[in-house]
Amino acid sequence: MINPQNNKAVVVKDLERRFGKFVAVNRVSFDVAKGEIFGFLGPNGAGKSTTIRMLCGILAPTSGSGTVAGFDVRTEAEKIKAHIGYMSQKFSLYEDLTVEENIDFYSGIYRIPPERKRERKEWVLEMAGLREHRHSPTSVLSGGWKQRLALGCAILHEPPVVFLDEPTSGVDPISRRQFWDLIYELAGRGVTIFVTTHYMDEAEYCDRIGLIYRGELIALGTPAKLKTELMQEDVLEVHCERPQEAMEQISNLRGIKEVALFGKGLHVVTEDGAATAKLLRAVLPEKGYAAPRVEPIAPSLEDVFVSLIEARDRAENNQPAVQA
Amino acid sequence: MAAIRMAGLTKSFGDLRAIDGLTLDVEEGEIFALVGPDGAGKTTTMRLLAAILDPTSGDAWVAGHHIVKEAEAAKEDIGYMSQRFGLYTDLTVIENIEFYADIYGVPRRGRQEKINRLLAFSNLTPFKQRLAGNLSGGMKQKLGLACALIHTPKVLFLDEPTNGVDPSSRRDFWRILYQLLRERVTIFVSTAYLDEAERANRIGLMDHGKLLAVGTPEEVKRLMRGTILEIRTAEARRATAVLRATLPPGSVSLFGDRVHVVTEDVQGAGDRVREALAGSGIETSELRPIEPTLEDVFVSVLGSSAAATSRT
Repeated sequence: MINPQNNKAVVVKDLERRFGKFVAVNRVSFDVAKGEIFGFLGPNGAGKSTTIRMLCGILAPTSGSGTVAGFDVRTEAEKIKAHIGYMSQKFSLYEDLTVEENIDFYSGIYRIPPERKRERKEWVLEMAGLREHRHSPTSVLSGGWKQRLALGCAILHEPPVVFLDEPTSGVDPISRRQFWDLIYELAGRGVTIFVTTHYMDEAEYCDRIGLIYRGELIALGTPAKLKTELMQEDVLEVHCERPQEAMEQISNLRGIKEVALFGKGLHVVTEDGAATAKLLRAVLPEKGYAAPRVEPIAPSLEDVFVSLIEARDRAENNQPAVQA
Repeated sequence: MAAIRMAGLTKSFGDLRAIDGLTLDVEEGEIFALVGPDGAGKTTTMRLLAAILDPTSGDAWVAGHHIVKEAEAAKEDIGYMSQRFGLYTDLTVIENIEFYADIYGVPRRGRQEKINRLLAFSNLTPFKQRLAGNLSGGMKQKLGLACALIHTPKVLFLDEPTNGVDPSSRRDFWRILYQLLRERVTIFVSTAYLDEAERANRIGLMDHGKLLAVGTPEEVKRLMRGTILEIRTAEARRATAVLRATLPPGSVSLFGDRVHVVTEDVQGAGDRVREALAGSGIETSELRPIEPTLEDVFVSVLGSSAAATSRT
């Protein structure tokens, strides 16, 4: 154990991974504290999975360093595997085995000592709410139940750090709430949670968020910090008649960078909120959308996400393209 | 004329009534979102309407064609993108579209213009020679949509089209859907994500094969039982534990740095929250009633028991 910062569950310094000429992860640095829920966001292909695979000791970094639960990702991969839990969107449960048989199977893999097996199994059944279904084939469970069972199997060996790769993809809202209750409960007991998601409402539930894009970490902080400090543009909420139609009419106005539908209104991202508000109040009635309501609002996490990514794209396009 | 009409539509699998007497009209040029828990019957509804599966009883018409008696005519007017839409990963973008054009018997004449238009429309023109297997999730989904649109359908069925797709790509996808609406295409979409459903004209809330509520997002939100109190505090996790010990079961939820309490008695619950938190030395920066989101309504209407029921 060479890690002096022992309140850190994950420490990453200049971590880099290349595949040939392609830089999948480009000198990424960040820490995750023990018991923290860290949300790792980014579009498909941004480098999320590659980073997670390095942190789980599955893939060796090209350069840079990292520790997980105090173990070095380059030299102690086997120890890392014994001290983490990993669950992906493809739950990796055996559909033709019963609930109990799946748990027994993972108990074997994780080499849970015989005297602990029973207790751990009961714990998982209780946590997942599957006591009455222990003999049911896994294939008949609803998505929410499979998801909780998969989480239970991934933490049978009580790992201090858990990686969840899009765990709630395609799961209904009630099940997602129950799943997040479990995550909070684990974090409350000091387990560190490293989670990826495409859903911004879930990102809001994290203590801190890192946003990775084109292999680089382009934002890091609490959800509140991302929304208040990192977004350079202003956001206006516009309520008017026929918003879907109005969206087309205003998206090319001076200063407006992005228009998106949010609920029954529009979110307008602009360089200068006050000027654009004035412009919209004049232009919308002229085009037949009477009495629009235009108000400055705090950006949503989705606004921030899209804005940071597009800013990065613009920076890239101003340089000679070097793309694979 | 309604673009989609269902009258007592029912589908049973053995003893299970997957779809139980659906009656609903969807107007031409409307975007209708079907939401509900896993196993509610969303996909089965889609398959019935897309004339892939026959109903046990009841009727439905899509673009004026009966889904059983005129299934072939109905299919010509339907575009269907299933959850696992069949793209050929070893074919290029353009080859995939050509393939679907052949399947649907799109005439050679004018086909090329149509393909070019769909490519431009889905922002795939720069990638037309790329293998479908090498596309990102968001691009695959747009290609799936382009393939479902090659025969110019009047009604489009999309079964959870945005699962696992990032927010930028989802915005792009919805932008394309709005363009289609302007061409009077009717869109019937299912989703597990309620922020997305808020972007539809109307929503149907489905559970156990039945429609529990249908209306605009605002109308559906009025079904919320009780009011939500939002509490902001630096110690949200501890506050949740304290409040769960005091307030009725199931009424307290944690959302990052916010705690939500659902109550019929705003005044009384507010007092109890203040008292309980003060008693535990937790400072709150804010305590106020808020507008429910669709997700709140969903949880309130379906209750937490719904998701805990096995769908055997």
